[in-house]
Amino acid sequence: MANTAELTHAELDNIIDPPALVQGKDDLASITDTVCNVAENKPPRAWYIAFLISLGVLGMLGASIVYLVITGVGVWGNNQPVAWGWPIVNFVFWVGIGHAGTLISAVLYLFRQGWRTGINRFAEAMTIFAVICAGMFPAIHVGRIWVIYWVFPIPNQMALWPNFRSPLLWDVFAVSTYFSVSLLFWYMGMVPDLASLRDRAKKKMSRLLYGIFALGWTGANRQWHRYERVYLLLAALATPLVLSVHSVVSFDFATSQLPGWHTTILPPYFVAGAIFSGFAMVVTLAVPARALFGLRNLITMRHLELMNKVILATGLMVGYAYAMEFFISWYSGNKYEGFAFVNRAFGSYAWAYWIMVSCNVLVPQIFWFKRFRRSIPVMFVISIFVNIGMWFERFVIVVTSLNRDFLPSSWHYFSPTYVDFATLIGSFGLFLTLFLLFCRFLPQVAIAEVKLQTPHAHAHHGDDH
Amino acid sequence: MSNNSSAELHGIIAEYHTVEEILAAAETVREAGYTRWDCHTPMPVHGLDRAMGVRETRLPWVVLIAGLTGGGLGVLMQWWMNAIDYNYRISGKPDWSLPANIPVAFETTVLFAAFAAFFAMWIANGLPRWFNPLSRNARFARATDDRFFVAIQASDPMFDQDATAAMLSSSGAHAVETVEEPDETSRPPAVFRGAVWSLVSLAMLPLFLVAMARYNTSDKPRVHLVPDMDFAKRIKAQAVSDLFADGRGTRPPVAGTFALEDMEAVGADPAYYTGKLGDSFVTDFPLEVTPELMQRGQERFGIYCAVCHGDDGRGKGMVAQRAAVLSPATWVAPTDLHTQPVVDLASGQLFDSISNGVRNMPGYSSQISYQDRWAIVLYTRALQRSQAASAQDIPEGVNLR
Ligand code: HEC
Repeated sequence: MANTAELTHAELDNIIDPPALVQGKDDLASITDTVCNVAENKPPRAWYIAFLISLGVLGMLGASIVYLVITGVGVWGNNQPVAWGWPIVNFVFWVGIGHAGTLISAVLYLFRQGWRTGINRFAEAMTIFAVICAGMFPAIHVGRIWVIYWVFPIPNQMALWPNFRSPLLWDVFAVSTYFSVSLLFWYMGMVPDLASLRDRAKKKMSRLLYGIFALGWTGANRQWHRYERVYLLLAALATPLVLSVHSVVSFDFATSQLPGWHTTILPPYFVAGAIFSGFAMVVTLAVPARALFGLRNLITMRHLELMNKVILATGLMVGYAYAMEFFISWYSGNKYEGFAFVNRAFGSYAWAYWIMVSCNVLVPQIFWFKRFRRSIPVMFVISIFVNIGMWFERFVIVVTSLNRDFLPSSWHYFSPTYVDFATLIGSFGLFLTLFLLFCRFLPQVAIAEVKLQTPHAHAHHGDDH
Repeated sequence: MSNNSSAELHGIIAEYHTVEEILAAAETVREAGYTRWDCHTPMPVHGLDRAMGVRETRLPWVVLIAGLTGGGLGVLMQWWMNAIDYNYRISGKPDWSLPANIPVAFETTVLFAAFAAFFAMWIANGLPRWFNPLSRNARFARATDDRFFVAIQASDPMFDQDATAAMLSSSGAHAVETVEEPDETSRPPAVFRGAVWSLVSLAMLPLFLVAMARYNTSDKPRVHLVPDMDFAKRIKAQAVSDLFADGRGTRPPVAGTFALEDMEAVGADPAYYTGKLGDSFVTDFPLEVTPELMQRGQERFGIYCAVCHGDDGRGKGMVAQRAAVLSPATWVAPTDLHTQPVVDLASGQLFDSISNGVRNMPGYSSQISYQDRWAIVLYTRALQRSQAASAQDIPEGVNLR
């Protein structure tokens, strides 16, 4: 019986694209084993080394924040007219990375892209940790962090409410909503897998802990039914949310009057850049993780190649936006706009601009070739280049637009201090520490969802039921 | 199949190995008319809802209502906070402008909808649950791994231990087992409950303290966790201060400073300091006239006077031109310095006009030093002379080209 309406997406995928999403032994038990073994066995030595290093770097972050808080924001390179400096560059950089997770989870889920299952858990975790890193920067950038609660609409002693017309306040709402919804989405997806871990746990302590977070899940179908509906709804809610968050971040710039920022292209341009950098970060993390934890059969070459294709596509979009910015500034006929962009490409920060263009537009073009798209070393190196390029993109946007503003007497060449460096590098320590803990103790791959992509999850058509 | 315990029966579970088997079994159980039963599977099995006759959940409606509530509250909150309770007057914008409030309203919509979806789903599913009798069964652990189970509860009206077991066996089950009700020990351990309760109570503590402080009418100074600028270092008159290296709170005046009163009391040189001797303005110049003083005067005139009176002193400076356009009704034009009355003024009176102002022109004594004022007077004299000059005034040997 060839009832196409009943063909599942996994089967459709198999028809259109032969390499299966799960390689090697794909029976249900070995999928559970592959993923759970990571959390159950002692981690490889590389994990310990990486964890120790990350902890050290995290300590550096802590020290630089303490130094900042007790001394004041003067310890950074920020100064008029570049009052935003590195903290905001880092904020936008991390928030951008935090986009791939929800995009892979939610958008690809809505589009029924079966291949998301291998990497979505991974990418969602990355999102959560990246958004934690991101949220930290504006918080410490306000200077007097102990009154940060003023940004929230809670009654305070000055009988003062936040100004809801400020895009900076929209940011507070967008980023915190994004964080909490991503957290719910991530955790909810993980509950059935935590139950798998609970049911396999040998030690009392791990049984108890996994048991608490598995909430008593037993895979009852009536529960699966509601679970799947709500998962779909969350995906549908998270999709516009992802787009809104980076759009709102871009409003911080776009609604200002500053040439170089004041442009309507920023929201789509920021979103494309966010997806671009997010996917690059997933590749950077997935390549070592799948090797280290023996997940090659679940995060397959097909997954990696598809991600590289997304990187290529979004890289082209970003390149288009760079070109378009110049066109718009020329077409506007506004000499201040014109100056801002000429200054960007040929001014005192030309070096940063061209690093950005090379890393983001030129380097990814190599992915047009299937051979390189499928080469592990090549994709790893390129993903690093993209990460660097996207950091510089934010640097270029923030710093070059500010450093030569309307009053030439106040022009100022921004240079970071060692505390700026320590904070940026330290934020990677925070990110990696959290990520390594996740890799060690939580299911790195969505077990139940991967099972759903195997032939075992579907009744064979033509059978008697 | 074991049935040897005196404990109360919770239900019966049957194990299957494939999706086909569980689908078939589900149809069998449903057709037999059971209502309190479920299938347990390691992943969602599509087609099982239909086989079991599960009705579509109404959760999407909950989410819709929550989303609308979130959006409405988001708008209401912003309206109350910014348009009613605390207005921000910025660039003459209206107190309430919806477009600026859309982003936040959108975020609150998503936030409410997502939280409602998440929590309503767990509540509807009866989770979290500390203990499930089914997990006492060793086999059942594989329900989250690679096996499929049907579990029928003993509380089902159709339930009959032997008949139900027989039906399950005949449905193709690989194993059929009974599960007993839990005893008291299956509650969370006391340590755990204690920990949860103490955490909850500790979490209430800050709220409690805030609430207490809110209704407290103490007359003691408030507690400053972070002093900010409440305790700025300040200097008490005539007291020691560690803000300066020399330890003196009271600062000595900058070198060369002297008080106006002193000058007048001393009366050292009234002609120089006031332009007057007794009641009449001085007509001679109280300083030695040098080219340097003249140049200084030219420079100062350019800085302080030319904006109104113009470089040539004819009253056409930038400020004068612009003010004449902007407020023609009230603006008094600066005097042309080449009119005869001004040319006839005594030098002392010119000095006095610069120092104390004249009619609508403000005084400049706070900005221009005594010597510079005299330098300006000197230059003004030269300017007046230059505008009324004749050919004989040109010194010998100066080429006009
Ligand atoms: C802000 C514009 C402004 C500036 C600057 C200014 N003046 Fe005047 N000045 C006036 C105006 C207006 C009058 C006419 C006042 C009136 O008639 O009410 C005036 C009048 C005078 C007169 C005529 C006084 C009289 O008795 O009729 C003299 C002399 C004079 N200014 C000299 C100076 C000199 C010297 C300076 C530079 C130190 C100077 N002014 C700077 C606006 C200015």
